Amino acid sequence: MSSRPEFQAPPEIFYNDVEARKYTNSSHIQDIQTKLSERALELLALPDDSIPRLLLDIGCGSGLSGETLSESGHHWIGLDISQAMLDVALDREVEGDLVLGDMGQGIGLRTGVIDGAISISAVQWLCNADKSSHEPRLRLKAFFGSLYRSLARGARAVFQVYPESVAQRELITSFAMRAGFSGGVVVDYPHSTKRRKEFLVLTCGPPSVSTALPTGKVEDEESCSDASSDDGDERTVSISERHRPTKKRKLTKKVRGRQWVLQKKEQMRKKGNIVPPDTKYTARKRKARF
Amino acid sequence: MRLLTHNMLSCNIKGVTNGFPLRIEAEKFMEKEVDFNIDFLKSIFSKIEWTALVEAAQSLGYNELPEEVVDSSSMLESSDFLKKFHHALLELHLEEGALICPETGRRFPVSKGIPNMLLHEDEV
Repeated sequence: MSSRPEFQAPPEIFYNDVEARKYTNSSHIQDIQTKLSERALELLALPDDSIPRLLLDIGCGSGLSGETLSESGHHWIGLDISQAMLDVALDREVEGDLVLGDMGQGIGLRTGVIDGAISISAVQWLCNADKSSHEPRLRLKAFFGSLYRSLARGARAVFQVYPESVAQRELITSFAMRAGFSGGVVVDYPHSTKRRKEFLVLTCGPPSVSTALPTGKVEDEESCSDASSDDGDERTVSISERHRPTKKRKLTKKVRGRQWVLQKKEQMRKKGNIVPPDTKYTARKRKARF
Repeated sequence: MRLLTHNMLSCNIKGVTNGFPLRIEAEKFMEKEVDFNIDFLKSIFSKIEWTALVEAAQSLGYNELPEEVVDSSSMLESSDFLKKFHHALLELHLEEGALICPETGRRFPVSKGIPNMLLHEDEV
């Protein structure tokens, strides 16, 4: 997609009949959504007692993410603003209950009834003012406030988001904090532009040992420089009520050593490229003017 | 929409303090079979508003639920009770009709099993 969907139209208009079907029938999208939902479910850290839980799928769309929840045996309620997407979900006979609603108007559920909430690629829509009467800040406040109330104590909410910018991510997390959530951002594959995925993991209640953030995934197939072994710190940013949300630290490109150059050359040779032989001059420090 | 979901839904209109439970106006409902899971029923029981569930089941024509659950620990062991609970909670589906807010009387239409909870501009 060349431009972000949020810039083209409000979600209930963008996801019309045609777009809804196109979205759901694309095997690429199905694959991604399934993986994201599985990861989100994992990050929900539900107790491992095989008791089905009641979960909320915010922006459930055509039920791609909900199906992952059903497959794990849970009951779920899905909320979406696009009737067309929900119709596709009906066609696919998803097991969860669907509700046509606007998350920016509040979740509309009783206090403390939900055991966990996930949202795949939906929350960023809240940051756009799709109608002249919309004020994104009020909508974010209504959303997070009502979500906090509807979650049981100790329950988590996991949002996979594609934030348009650092500022947008900050906006989302700041409203989450104001509603009383604690938690942080988990980033999977932070170095890969294609595979990089962000999950906002929020917990109800004060931060404690049990709510420690899980670490994001890192590539293990490609050989990374040994110097980047402290990437663990850069993969998660935790936020709490005490201090303002910390910006995710810029990934500092460490100065590549000789080891890294040799590894890269070996890779290229395996690929079949013509690479000059390794000598004592390889990756030797040159004079600054070079 | 199952009665499990109905038991959780509350009216979201601004200023409404008592938006639960939503009264059901049923035009069409169905019964779908769902796997019986005792653990789930036991764990969800504490979250269910019992009176609301009984009323909702009655509006769909199911009158088998006891009006009150006095001794929940022993009731939850009775398989007869669990079967009725399971049936009412998960197997009765409201397909067409409406949900009515008890305080304002606002109708939320239900179509194809999906309740339309979208609020108008002035209700937010």
